[in-house]
Amino acid sequence: MTRFLIKRIGLALVTLVLLSLIVFGISTILPGNVGRAVLGPFATQESVDALNEQLGTNRPVVTQYVDWASGLLQGDLGTSLTKQVPTWDLLAPALENSFKLAFVAFLICVPFSILGGIVAGLRYGRFTDKTITITGISLAAMPEFVTGIVLILVFAIWLGWLPVTAQAEEGASALTQLEYLLLPALTLTLVLFGYIARITRAGVIEALESDYTRTAYLKGLPSSVVVRKHVLRNALPPTIAVVAVQVGYLVGGLVAVEVLFNYQGIGLLVYEAARQKDLPLLTAGVLVVGIVYLVFTLVADILYAALNPRIRLGATE
Amino acid sequence: MSDVVLDADSGTPLRETRAARGERLRLLLRSPTVLIGTLVLAFWVFCAIFPGVAPYNPIFDNQFPTSAPPEWGHPFGTDTNGRDIFSRVLAGSRSILVIAPAATLLATVLGTALGLLTGYFRGIVDDGVSRLVDAVLSLPLIVAAILIVTAVGSTDQWVVILTIGLVFAPVISRTIRAAVLAETELEYVEAARLRGERSLYIMFSEILPNVFPLVVVEFTVRLGYAIFTVATLTFIGFGVQPPSPDWAAQINQYWTLIDPYWWMTLFPALAIASLVIAANLVSDGVREVYER
Repeated sequence: MTRFLIKRIGLALVTLVLLSLIVFGISTILPGNVGRAVLGPFATQESVDALNEQLGTNRPVVTQYVDWASGLLQGDLGTSLTKQVPTWDLLAPALENSFKLAFVAFLICVPFSILGGIVAGLRYGRFTDKTITITGISLAAMPEFVTGIVLILVFAIWLGWLPVTAQAEEGASALTQLEYLLLPALTLTLVLFGYIARITRAGVIEALESDYTRTAYLKGLPSSVVVRKHVLRNALPPTIAVVAVQVGYLVGGLVAVEVLFNYQGIGLLVYEAARQKDLPLLTAGVLVVGIVYLVFTLVADILYAALNPRIRLGATE
Repeated sequence: MSDVVLDADSGTPLRETRAARGERLRLLLRSPTVLIGTLVLAFWVFCAIFPGVAPYNPIFDNQFPTSAPPEWGHPFGTDTNGRDIFSRVLAGSRSILVIAPAATLLATVLGTALGLLTGYFRGIVDDGVSRLVDAVLSLPLIVAAILIVTAVGSTDQWVVILTIGLVFAPVISRTIRAAVLAETELEYVEAARLRGERSLYIMFSEILPNVFPLVVVEFTVRLGYAIFTVATLTFIGFGVQPPSPDWAAQINQYWTLIDPYWWMTLFPALAIASLVIAANLVSDGVREVYER
């Protein structure tokens, strides 16, 4: 297990360095002239030069990357162009908001999807399975903003049960905050349901077809015991891995939902930075999203390994 | 995929036969969900090719009273610019049906080439490229797309096609790579090597035909995701711009007015939903038939 851990963490660090190179490359090299890209075609050459000087984007690319990366290592993610504050001061609260939303979404989503997946798997090939599977893939394929708009129309506008936006007022009680978060969380739930249910279903089907399940049935165990002790115990670990990976997706993939519900999370921040051409903030935001994803995939892999003795004991490594 | 492996087991590089293809097509069309999906897709493709089906002009302003709710003459109502929304929904399929398939095609070509290279050469090429692919994949597609589009500084449809083609290619390359890895273990590849064939020939003339069913599956699956991504990008304003009747562009323009003008947002949203579901019903059918 220790060897697995070291290897997996090392791999994540390499990926992180490459990620920083890619993000830096796109945001600094692709525009050609960063000052011009930010200020637009009608700005004077002097103001463009001044901005390049201020941002340090008139220096050689390698120097810029080394400076930027060493800043990162010291926790300095740069300064926002539009707000003139350290980007981390904007990113940290946004990230917290996004996690809050993702947490509520998961609280609703995970039990429902796993249950759906188990039911579909146990009813493999029958009507219930087909209904759950087709509904799941259709919802998973739907862009979040489409699902969100339908939910807003039904629950906020026509029925008037829930607020249209997600941002509760400053200092609102936890319960009020939850009320505001319900619609965006429900939107995310509907999107994720298909993914998680599909993996659980596949795990259940595989376990049902296996030799150990047949043996369990043949030695006369009641089916409830077979399902609980043999099928589910083997079917759930892959689901756990998928769930952890989806946390990473959620935190970054929130852009459309946060824009739609005007929720001050990391997705909305990245979106606003892009609209205002605030490249330092955009770069930092994108990098943070990537890091969050990397951390959660790492956790997912380690959890999966810890739950799976074949990997834990190094048989397949 | 089972037939590919069986063919390869006999040691001869068998191409997919015409009969197998016909059988697959029959299987595909026998599934009611695939049939429904195909019909819906065909309807939108028809609208995209013949914009004349729209009863009114989808772009000119002030043809009708503004912001009128749905009624007999305008089943989807009119928008704030006095345009018939029904006409705009019919005309709006064109942009997404050009951009999404073009981007998917680009991604499939790039991803397949990358997958063949990394799977065939392994070693340092594979390690290097695989780490890069991992790094790219740690960014959610939409976030990566926003970054690229902003850095390039243009929302031209070619920029969107290139961007989505680029961000989708790594995912496809990973799947193809896994299949190529399995293929290179087989005897026909070894035989080709011993014959002294060039690497490029082995990759593209020997291995590619044997993983081609997978390439087809990847294309159909990614097409659904591409529609998803293009629509999302357009919705947040980084794609096709108004006054285009593009569905997501319409939503981008009118969703803040959803209360009380719900019809300006709902009907384009339902159009996107129908396209996405149809594409997924078809791709799910294709995957089932190819992977049995």
